[in-house]
Amino acid sequence: MLLKLIPDNTHFRFMRFRTISFPLSAVVFLASIALFFSVGLNFGIDFKGGTVFEMKTNESPADIGGIREQLATLNLGDVQVQQFGAPDEVLVRVQEPEGGELAQQAVVSQVRETFGESVEFRRVEVVGPRVSGELAQAGMIAVTASLIVILFYIWFRFEWHFAVGAILTTINDIVVTVGLFVVLQLEFSLSSIAAILTIIGYSLNDTVVVYDRIRENLRRYKKTPLPELLDRSINEMLSRTVMTSVTTLLALLALYYFGGEVIRSFTLAMIFGVVIGTYSSIFLAAPFLIVLKLRASKVIGSDGDSGGSDKDAETASA
Amino acid sequence: MLYFARWKIALIVLVILSGAVTTLPNFLSSDTLRGLPNWLPKNQIVLGLDLQGGAYLLYEVDRNDYIKKRLNTLVGDIRQRLRDDPRIGYTGLGVQADGAQVRIRDLTRLDEARQRLSELTNPLVANMFGGQAVEEFGMTVSDDGLIRFAYTDQGLAQRMSAIVQQSIEVIRLRLDEFGTTEPSIQRQGEDRILVEAPGEGDPERLKDLVGQTAQLTFHMVDQSMSAEQAMQSRPPVGSIVMYSQDDPPFPYLLEDAPLLSGEDLIDAQVSFNPETNEPVVNFRFNTSGARTFSVVTQRNVGRPFAIVLDNEVISAPVIREPITGGSGQISGDFTVESANDLAVLLRAGALPAKLTVVEERSIGPGLGQDSVDAGRIASLIGAALVIVFMVLAYGRFGVIADLALVTNMLLIFGALTALQATLTLPGIAGIVLTIGMAVDANVLIFERIREEARAGRSAISAIDAGYSRALGTILDANITTLIAALILFQLGSGPIRGFAVTLAIGIFTTVFSAFTVSRLLVALWVRWQRPSHLPI
Repeated sequence: MLLKLIPDNTHFRFMRFRTISFPLSAVVFLASIALFFSVGLNFGIDFKGGTVFEMKTNESPADIGGIREQLATLNLGDVQVQQFGAPDEVLVRVQEPEGGELAQQAVVSQVRETFGESVEFRRVEVVGPRVSGELAQAGMIAVTASLIVILFYIWFRFEWHFAVGAILTTINDIVVTVGLFVVLQLEFSLSSIAAILTIIGYSLNDTVVVYDRIRENLRRYKKTPLPELLDRSINEMLSRTVMTSVTTLLALLALYYFGGEVIRSFTLAMIFGVVIGTYSSIFLAAPFLIVLKLRASKVIGSDGDSGGSDKDAETASA
Repeated sequence: MLYFARWKIALIVLVILSGAVTTLPNFLSSDTLRGLPNWLPKNQIVLGLDLQGGAYLLYEVDRNDYIKKRLNTLVGDIRQRLRDDPRIGYTGLGVQADGAQVRIRDLTRLDEARQRLSELTNPLVANMFGGQAVEEFGMTVSDDGLIRFAYTDQGLAQRMSAIVQQSIEVIRLRLDEFGTTEPSIQRQGEDRILVEAPGEGDPERLKDLVGQTAQLTFHMVDQSMSAEQAMQSRPPVGSIVMYSQDDPPFPYLLEDAPLLSGEDLIDAQVSFNPETNEPVVNFRFNTSGARTFSVVTQRNVGRPFAIVLDNEVISAPVIREPITGGSGQISGDFTVESANDLAVLLRAGALPAKLTVVEERSIGPGLGQDSVDAGRIASLIGAALVIVFMVLAYGRFGVIADLALVTNMLLIFGALTALQATLTLPGIAGIVLTIGMAVDANVLIFERIREEARAGRSAISAIDAGYSRALGTILDANITTLIAALILFQLGSGPIRGFAVTLAIGIFTTVFSAFTVSRLLVALWVRWQRPSHLPI
């Protein structure tokens, strides 16, 4: 007996949900933007500059209070000390000192000298003010550039309605993911940008698969009203959408629990992205096509495929 | 879609085999590898700094420091040329913003001044493809007697480029002597240098070695007044106060113009003072340096001179007798290690400009190994979960998808090894993500087969249609992810780039394994079983 998460021939009326899903998503979307501007992201040193020390102490659990006191004698300004991963490991964050890169290097040698032999420095990362600015800029450019390139790709492969729908959906996913970073105050670093770009890839992957079926059905059932046709397409793809989300989530959960502390927030963002990407390809990407007034007639012949007859001709492919 | 020509089958098997063969060395110890015949590939995956530990240092050439130094020399040159006989009267000579300027008093001699100074625009050798000659400075002469030198954009760019190149050479010499294992030293952008030292356990010493300017100079000590007096009043013209490296630092009053500099050195070695048994650095001058040194020491027997490194006095010995052999000795408060480092720095030469660390990431070997272990466990568990789930969901087709997944992994590791791409921790995450998404291609195909079967097709026809119709969808879906991966590669440095690489490779191997391996296995199964209904 095979495991079937989704029964054959489902007939969910997804398009009816758009009266709920649109306002709901709009609220979450706007809330994310509001949070971004009010609370703000917890920027890591990649974008804010500063210094991070990951130290393994020789006592378990680590004496965080003692470490804080020792650091206080160095007058390094704003210093955060927290346990990180194993109980004998701590993470020390030192904000960017005034005086730029040279002062920063002084911080590094001071901290290294102070703790010297008593701890093992597992990781030391220093990002200067110039580099952090550039990294932030490069991150923005990367996200924007990938959106634009993908927009053109989908426009080229589909109709513009699909391209616009896919991009709107993706922007929603990005904004909501950023919202998650704000709410949980996860550290936003370069790998968060990588996570967001992966989410873009995944979410679009899902959206494109659904759109692909919509296009196919538009050619096949020319007289079906659009909402009904969208419902049918999504139902046909539902099993696949769920299966792929489940396998991807299984792999990501393994990474979350066993992949170590360093990439945990990266993985968490991707897990969230997979969930939001799956949701949005069903509840946003498809109904956007109704809003954008996609007409069946516009699609026919846009692609080199056969397509045209109401009942799909049984074109046997060799 | 279910027919495979023999040569195609052979080709597929060949690809998989080569994937397996290139992956294999990763599971063997280096001893076993050495014992293998030469025709077998022996490369192992290159681990990123975050996995094997090491130091990543991004330096920036201090543009302002260089410009300041350069403009000071330019001002000196201008002064000298105008003072040459017959002297041209001038005023207001000095450094101004990104240039230097001087005002000629006698306007009738403006042309003469222009001629004398025109050489200072310093035409630089144009790039190696010929092209127009570039002048380092642009000279503007206004009618009221003001002559301005300003850096030309091109001139500055070319100077910076040369300086970065020269710095890279110096760093390479230093690190080669230091014995760092396979450091990589690369230019980044216009004025940056990236130094990566895998396995380096002492990043502080590495930084000392790379970042020190190591400008060695020899100055006479000015004995016209004591250093304390000079600090209280002001030092005589042409003299300057410099401090020793001691704690607390001890001031010296030195003549500003150096007698000799590190450029005149040809060798420096550590040895031990036979009396005190302390480490010292012996150095040797080149011919012209030796001549100057001999003349100077002859003239100044009984007077002290100072050996200065980056504006800090290392020692100030008294010249006891003329030194004519062209060699000398620096004794200071050295340990064996610091003497050795100084010798290395002197042999490699000085950096042409100051370097600043603008980004540093050092990973200890312990953390690297932990990350490798965590990544390994996570991938194995992730793969196991997906494999079991696929069998549960699709039965024997699931097994086929799993076989395709295993081939996929083999090809990813094979490609990473063959391309010698760097595997980073986010790269491992990329592989785990690929494990999850790789089955997507097969899921798309299987779901399509189910649908076609429900629509009333025969088993074989449904399988056939499933593969051919899912192809377009799979390509579209993967190309969008590929675009994201490529942009990530462009953007990223180090670890992130590793993620983009595995993601991109994963996309290719996924499409390949779905459309060859899984399809071939299904085709073989169909030929063998001749199924009348689908077990899916």
